[in-house]
Amino acid sequence: SSFDLSFFLARTHVNYEVKEDVAVIRMNDPNSKVNTLSVRMQNEMIEVFNEVLANDAVHSAVLISSKPGCFIAGADINMIQACNTSEEVTKLSQEGQKMFERIEKSPKPIVAAINGSCLGGGLEFAIACQYRVATKSKKTVLGTPEVMLGLLPGAGGTQRLPKMVGIPGAFDMMLTGRNIKADKAKKMGLVHQLVDPLGPGLKSPEERTIEYLEEVAIQCARGIVHKKILLTKKKGMMQKVQDYVMGIAFVRQQIYKNVNGKVMKMSKGLYPAPLKIIESVKAGLEQGPDSGYLAEAQNFGKLAMTSESNALIGLYHGQVACKKNRFGVPERPVKNLAILGAGLMGAGIAQVTVDKGIHTVLKDTTVEGLSRGQQQVYKGLNDKIKKKAITSFERDSTLSSLTGQLDYSGFEKADMVIEAVFEDINIKHRVIKEVEAVIPPHCIFATNTSALPIKDIAAASMRPEKVIGMHYFSPVDKMQLLEIITTDKTSKDTTASAVAVGLKQGKVIIVVGDGPGFYTTRCLAPMLAEAVRVLQEGVNPKKLDALTTGFGFPVGAATLADEVGIDVAAHVAEDLGKAFGSRFGGGNVDVLKTMVERGFKGRKSGKGCYVYTPGLKSKDVNPDIDDLLEKFKLTPNPSVSSDSDVQYRLVSRFVNEAVMCLQEGILNGPVEGDIGAVFGLGFPPCLGGPFRFVDTFGADKLVEKMRRYEEVYGNHFTPCQLLLDHAKDSNKRFHK
Amino acid sequence: YRPHGLRQSFTYRPHGLRQSFTYRPHGLRQSFTYRPHGLRQIQTKSKKTLAKPGVKNIVLVEGVRTPFLLSGTTYADLMPHDLARAALQGLLHKTSLPKDAVDYIIYGTVIQEVKTSNVAREASLGAGFSDKIPSHTVTMACISSNVAMTTGVGLITAGQCDTIVAGGVEFMSDVPIRHSRKMRKTMLALNRAKTLGQRLSLIGSIRMAHLTPELPAVAEFSTAETMGHSADRLAAAFGVTRLEQDEFALRSHTLAKQAQDAGLLSDVISFKVPGRDTVAKDNGIRPSSMEQLAKLKPAFIKPHGTVTAANSSFLTDGASAVLIMSEEKALAMGYKPKAYLRDFVFVSQDPKDQLLLGPAYGTPKVLARAGLTMDDIDVFEFHEAFAGQIMANLKALDSDWFAQTYMGRKVKVGAPAMEKFNLWGGSLSLGHPFGATGCRLVTTVAHRLLKEGGQYGLVAACAAGGQGHAMVIEAYPQ
Repeated sequence: SSFDLSFFLARTHVNYEVKEDVAVIRMNDPNSKVNTLSVRMQNEMIEVFNEVLANDAVHSAVLISSKPGCFIAGADINMIQACNTSEEVTKLSQEGQKMFERIEKSPKPIVAAINGSCLGGGLEFAIACQYRVATKSKKTVLGTPEVMLGLLPGAGGTQRLPKMVGIPGAFDMMLTGRNIKADKAKKMGLVHQLVDPLGPGLKSPEERTIEYLEEVAIQCARGIVHKKILLTKKKGMMQKVQDYVMGIAFVRQQIYKNVNGKVMKMSKGLYPAPLKIIESVKAGLEQGPDSGYLAEAQNFGKLAMTSESNALIGLYHGQVACKKNRFGVPERPVKNLAILGAGLMGAGIAQVTVDKGIHTVLKDTTVEGLSRGQQQVYKGLNDKIKKKAITSFERDSTLSSLTGQLDYSGFEKADMVIEAVFEDINIKHRVIKEVEAVIPPHCIFATNTSALPIKDIAAASMRPEKVIGMHYFSPVDKMQLLEIITTDKTSKDTTASAVAVGLKQGKVIIVVGDGPGFYTTRCLAPMLAEAVRVLQEGVNPKKLDALTTGFGFPVGAATLADEVGIDVAAHVAEDLGKAFGSRFGGGNVDVLKTMVERGFKGRKSGKGCYVYTPGLKSKDVNPDIDDLLEKFKLTPNPSVSSDSDVQYRLVSRFVNEAVMCLQEGILNGPVEGDIGAVFGLGFPPCLGGPFRFVDTFGADKLVEKMRRYEEVYGNHFTPCQLLLDHAKDSNKRFHK
Repeated sequence: YRPHGLRQSFTYRPHGLRQSFTYRPHGLRQSFTYRPHGLRQIQTKSKKTLAKPGVKNIVLVEGVRTPFLLSGTTYADLMPHDLARAALQGLLHKTSLPKDAVDYIIYGTVIQEVKTSNVAREASLGAGFSDKIPSHTVTMACISSNVAMTTGVGLITAGQCDTIVAGGVEFMSDVPIRHSRKMRKTMLALNRAKTLGQRLSLIGSIRMAHLTPELPAVAEFSTAETMGHSADRLAAAFGVTRLEQDEFALRSHTLAKQAQDAGLLSDVISFKVPGRDTVAKDNGIRPSSMEQLAKLKPAFIKPHGTVTAANSSFLTDGASAVLIMSEEKALAMGYKPKAYLRDFVFVSQDPKDQLLLGPAYGTPKVLARAGLTMDDIDVFEFHEAFAGQIMANLKALDSDWFAQTYMGRKVKVGAPAMEKFNLWGGSLSLGHPFGATGCRLVTTVAHRLLKEGGQYGLVAACAAGGQGHAMVIEAYPQ
């Protein structure tokens, strides 16, 4: 019947309203917080566009989202993941290209009115429009984040961006994938006009701001039709010079070469997407638009089928999952948080807490320690002013929520205490007793430790259900991961509260079970033990770093040890060695201990594997390290000492331990395992984490390698049962 | 020193007591709010007075101001205290007040001349007041002279003083422009340098960049946003159109011109400017046409903003002064007071998005304090910072949603009737010397009540920092 038909045809994602001579096209995905360029959205958009073109009363159009924080967040990733061949994906890309080509060539000017995220396919849509107006809202960001998913802007982005913002600017956007704020976008020429967000009026600020944006965009649309706004802007002197220079083929060749070199240096060739982006841009600029668009679509198809893209998309989904609180809403929100110890960690935790509307107490035992910590928080905020992320006024008002003190005054109001004192069980016991004497009954006691089992710390507590581990990573304001450790006595509400605080602090969170080294430290320890053995076998620190970064680790193993601190590494190696026995052996712990004795504690002491000169970025290998290693020299076995074997020796021990954590129930699942390894320890993102690595590389192949190493080194390389299960049955996968 | 109990009677009033004076039967009130226009000129004496038992009656005896001039015109070579001096002398002249009868002098100002940072003191000494009369300067952006007056009210209420001169001054023809911080640092170090070598090395450290001067900030310190920009956003938030703003600006100039021509602006004194002519009139009143106004480009938000130079108040030089006394004292000295200064409030809100909404927040609050409704008010004088700001405030007052969402009120108080509103022009046309405007508003209300025969007047103003002020003024029975 006709009723059914009209029901079927009813548009749910895109609608439009004609305001005199301007069609206002509004997008709103009813099933999601954000708009994505899903099949449904695209189909309805094409329908609406056709109607707008056919309507003679309409002379121009405005494209706007009804969602307060989002224009279009990007293409629908699931749509790409549902494809089985690169040809299918290429076809998707070509459909997108076609649609945006029609937009670009529209005889009626279309103004994109942008408020909130305008990313990926959303940005490609916007730049196909004739004019762009954006709000200056903090939520308004433009960018092409495809590269971070191992893809490229596949709907004309690689072709239009270089023309719009220049070749270097376009490469910068597409290769870094970073978000660009509205005012920067205006300067770059990515948007034409900015609109200020509005405050309270006769409607809610968000609602009225969108309305205002629409009003201004309608004015612009009419202005274009009436030739009051010219789409071809008169070029300034600088622009003319730039255009001339970019017109020289030789200059362009130099740029491609340069950018290519930079990409190879940074990615070690492990990431195909940046190279394909350069290739697509080059094809368009050197061989014309037809070749360019074709290259873009084909490369997009190829990239979508790579394991790297698969890994990066997996991490993206994992990150989204780890930004949710699966323990529910805590009974009472943490409004007052006290931190014990104003060291690097304590002050870092304070810094990420104080600007989230939580009153923060930073307590230390000495004035010197406290001042250093307060200065660290101040500097952290002050640096944000330099980046124009906040104003000096916001810094001051944020800092008014921070109290520095040497005593326990005010702790009776604390909802949560996070201790970040020295890693010594006796000190931790003393502190927990002192604190429990002053805090209210509902207060949670969180301990920031990287290796001490939480249940051992909780042994001194009168209320173990309120004790939890919160393992932050240094530097706290930069590292995204927070590892939360629960004991079998920790209550669910305590966990929910700790996760809620961590999410407020902007962290990606994994919640793991208790045990020596929990998850992250436990995976790192065997890899570091192997690294020490590799050093003892005569591989110098620089070479060790090159081998690890060559595998995809962002920081080399030797540099990582220096950053973590050789003393900390020695401490952990010894503790975990005791807990797990000979399996954690490999390198001699005495290497680390001797280094500590000689003052080579890593970056913090100026010397470790390397020598650090303040103000200098480059670093030389510590000359005394050779003598030291000479004393502990081991003879390498040539059958397991090729560069590749050294890499797999390091990685396989890490991966095996991760899988064992899942087997033992320390980990809740492979997703958290992958996220923890990548965001906390720098496991190669292109591999997607240890679990995805096993899936992609093949558990059988990994076990085969480990057996070979096991023959030489013994139980350090014995694969765990779960890994063996996966090796036996190729249908077994950690990720579906 | 007075015993504690006595002082309390002035600051703390039992709730029940106040209520008996704020509540009036509805029927009675209504009979006076719907007055036919022709009867307006007749003095209405049957409305209740706002006097409260145990609270001293404080009266405005007189108010004067110098002509308000566009900055950079005839006053250009003066200093701020010269203008304040002229206002004080005008007040003395008009009231024949014996100079030693004043207990205290308070002035408001915004941009301070560093040489005369306590401009109240320098001006009063220069105006020939006894050097035994203490004086201080207050600052609260555009409501500085309101603070000067209410400080005076406080001193009288507290029994500390009987006779107060309050006023305000702003001088935008000259503002302190400073050396850069780096240069200042070098110069201060130079002061402390002991040897020639140290001096030379300091002088040698001066670079071109040191010489860039620092202009007084035109932006809100907490948000770095200029006031005009904020006004434009405010107008947009309330959906105030460019047309509405231009119409209001034209209204302001037209009414000001009419008032000036009719000789209604009797608070203006003539002032012989040393080395220049005598000025007797405000020089910023320029009734134009809607076509002319429509030609202007937006001044702050480009290209789509609605606030222009013509629908904003302009930079002005000027000073004002008022004589405030306890009623008993005024009568004892043989004065015929012009008005009672009654309840007042200061309000403050978010300096970013609600920078200029002081009147919207202050008005309902002060009406509630005085037990009045919008309809009871006969004369409104609102400070016109920007036409867009005025329209936004009127819309806010007239919105139930705004009252409920942002003011915690059940219903709106309503917008003032335009036939009672700023009938002799306002800051847009007369000019707005930041520190001096408050006294002009209060004096104008008193004069309009006398002229129009109303009983209650309401002053409201916004100020930088997201602050505001409102005061109820009652006509003195003539």
